[in-house]
Amino acid sequence: MEFIAAYLPSAMTNDATIAQLPLAMPEIILLCMACIVLVVDLFLTDKTRGGTYILSQITLVALIVITTMTFAKQDTIAFNGTFIRDGMGDLLKIFIYIATFAVFLYSKSYLKARDIYKGEYYVLGLFGVLGMMIMVSAQSFLTIYLGLELLSLCMYAMVALQRDSIIASESAMKYFVLGAIASGMLLYGMSMIYGATGSLELSTISSEVAAQQQNIILIFGLVFVVVGVAFKLGAVPFHMWLPDVYQGSPTAVTIFIGSAPKIAAFAMMMRLLVDGLGALHVQWQDMLMIMAIASMAIGNVVAIAQTNLKRMLAYSTISHVGFIMLGVMTATKEGYAASMFYTITYTLMALGAFGMIMLMSRMGFESDKLDDLRGLNHRSPWFAFMMLIFMFSMAGVPPFVGFWAKLQVLKSVVSIDLIWLALIAVIFSIVGAFYYLRVIKLMYFDTPQETSGIEAASDLRLLLSVNGIVVLALGLYPQLIMGIITSVI
Amino acid sequence: MTGVQILFYAFATMMVLSALMVITVRNPVRSALFLVLTFVSCSAIWLIMQAEFLAIVLVLVYVGAVMVLFLFVVMMLDINIARLKEGFISYLPVGIGIAGLFGGMLAYLLYHMDASDVKTKMRSLYPPASKPADYSNTEELGEVLYTVYVYPFEIAAVILLVAIVAAIALTFRRRSNTKYQNPDVQVAVKRDDRVRVVKMDSEDKK
Repeated sequence: MEFIAAYLPSAMTNDATIAQLPLAMPEIILLCMACIVLVVDLFLTDKTRGGTYILSQITLVALIVITTMTFAKQDTIAFNGTFIRDGMGDLLKIFIYIATFAVFLYSKSYLKARDIYKGEYYVLGLFGVLGMMIMVSAQSFLTIYLGLELLSLCMYAMVALQRDSIIASESAMKYFVLGAIASGMLLYGMSMIYGATGSLELSTISSEVAAQQQNIILIFGLVFVVVGVAFKLGAVPFHMWLPDVYQGSPTAVTIFIGSAPKIAAFAMMMRLLVDGLGALHVQWQDMLMIMAIASMAIGNVVAIAQTNLKRMLAYSTISHVGFIMLGVMTATKEGYAASMFYTITYTLMALGAFGMIMLMSRMGFESDKLDDLRGLNHRSPWFAFMMLIFMFSMAGVPPFVGFWAKLQVLKSVVSIDLIWLALIAVIFSIVGAFYYLRVIKLMYFDTPQETSGIEAASDLRLLLSVNGIVVLALGLYPQLIMGIITSVI
Repeated sequence: MTGVQILFYAFATMMVLSALMVITVRNPVRSALFLVLTFVSCSAIWLIMQAEFLAIVLVLVYVGAVMVLFLFVVMMLDINIARLKEGFISYLPVGIGIAGLFGGMLAYLLYHMDASDVKTKMRSLYPPASKPADYSNTEELGEVLYTVYVYPFEIAAVILLVAIVAAIALTFRRRSNTKYQNPDVQVAVKRDDRVRVVKMDSEDKK
């Protein structure tokens, strides 16, 4: 024990810990509210289930307000080096709340139509948000891992929530097994780095790593950590779970998995690779580069062959993950900012695209085939236009926000003299444009299979319109977010 | 070789061998029992490292509770081993290839690693200093757990809560077509609920 005690952060007095509690106020409030939602839901019947929904949404709105009001001006490390409150974390957290708010709103009528309008969906969703927040503001390996497990556990259960669906159970099983392997890899890597540095705390690890860069054990550990992160992000060659899980889950869960957790995974990558193992960037740059190229290649090419919209979006996610890795790979501030911008804007686009699937679905009809979009323009010109915005934005067509995201990443890649890499990224983006444009062709130039208009709740229509307009507005004024990002990173 | 080292190598060998048996024996009950042996030898190693609390908890929780439950499940389920082993041979070459590749890479790296490097850089490899007989490992752990690691400790509690919620959400279902008995109603039943006395005139024989 003596050895371990020597490397423990010195224990603070209880008063000091209590004085630091306000730093974790958003986490504490969310935990309390999630427990309250859990208990209140017990007393509600299926008819009054709206209470759970409203309570969850109020919680998220309150969190947005609180985190914005107490936005961190400087970095504060608390709770004996296990927690950090900084600008990057707060900004990412705010977008996680917004994304989850949108997810809950989009999925309400979908859940009702499929008899999974249960309190558990919201409770697990809120606990998942808590896991993401813990990951985002983690300052030690221990908290990163615990936050990740909390989030993953919620997601596994949410995928399996539709119990009578065989395909959902199968994808939940796949997700669980592969997720467990990924967690194992991550833990294995963390244990090796702990062995070499003698600390779990990222700031200590960072200075220790800088002092002993050539230590082979560190590089050993780094490989496993990168594999774990790549698994969670869904980068090639650790992407196999993604299409199956996206397609197999109910769309209401797919939209959750496909949006906010990407922000958390980005934060995990930043904390682990940049904050903790920044001194080893020569090593992880190569790994990220290979994975980024493979992700962009396989994601964009395989997406062309898909006929299922959810599966196509899964492969498109893989290609976007390649871009996100490309920005981090540069190991420059501009690159990190570009990746963060990309992650946030990608989340907004993914929310919109999955929101469209939910808008068009109804009882007994999933609307997740590409053919279901045929002739959407004749049925609803406005929502066809919204889908056009999302698809153009994902393809990277100006003036939509996806263009700026790609441009920022490419700029940062060019700035470290890797022009060939930027060229590869552009070529695969052009390949990818094919399947986004095919969606637009189906919507505008094909005759519809059915002519009925779109019936959806007014709040869903409103949010989808707002989502589309935001993607357009951010494309016209990218500085709105980019300015904040560069100031916090 | 000191006595402690002999003990360590004995238990370590036992642990690795029994762990190997867990994944190679055909009978799932035996596999579960070998897992018990793995845990027991692991706890012995912890005892050598003077982590007696962890050693006891491992035996109590894993061997005593988790593995017993596990054995119950394994014995109750009729697991078809033949079907589980399907495709084992056809995937074997790929598996061996990947395992060989990984093993080769690991061996290459380890071969190039300087032994003195490990001693200076992996400080955690040093043996722990011995403690007096009245030294309480449990107290030490408890103190760290509730002060230094209070934040991770709380998160672990939340994870357990979520595990309960998820398990109940996934298994507890009230099927609409299930038939079940309600003892309350059964006990409170009255003669009038079940028996209907029909008064009718006796028929005349003609």
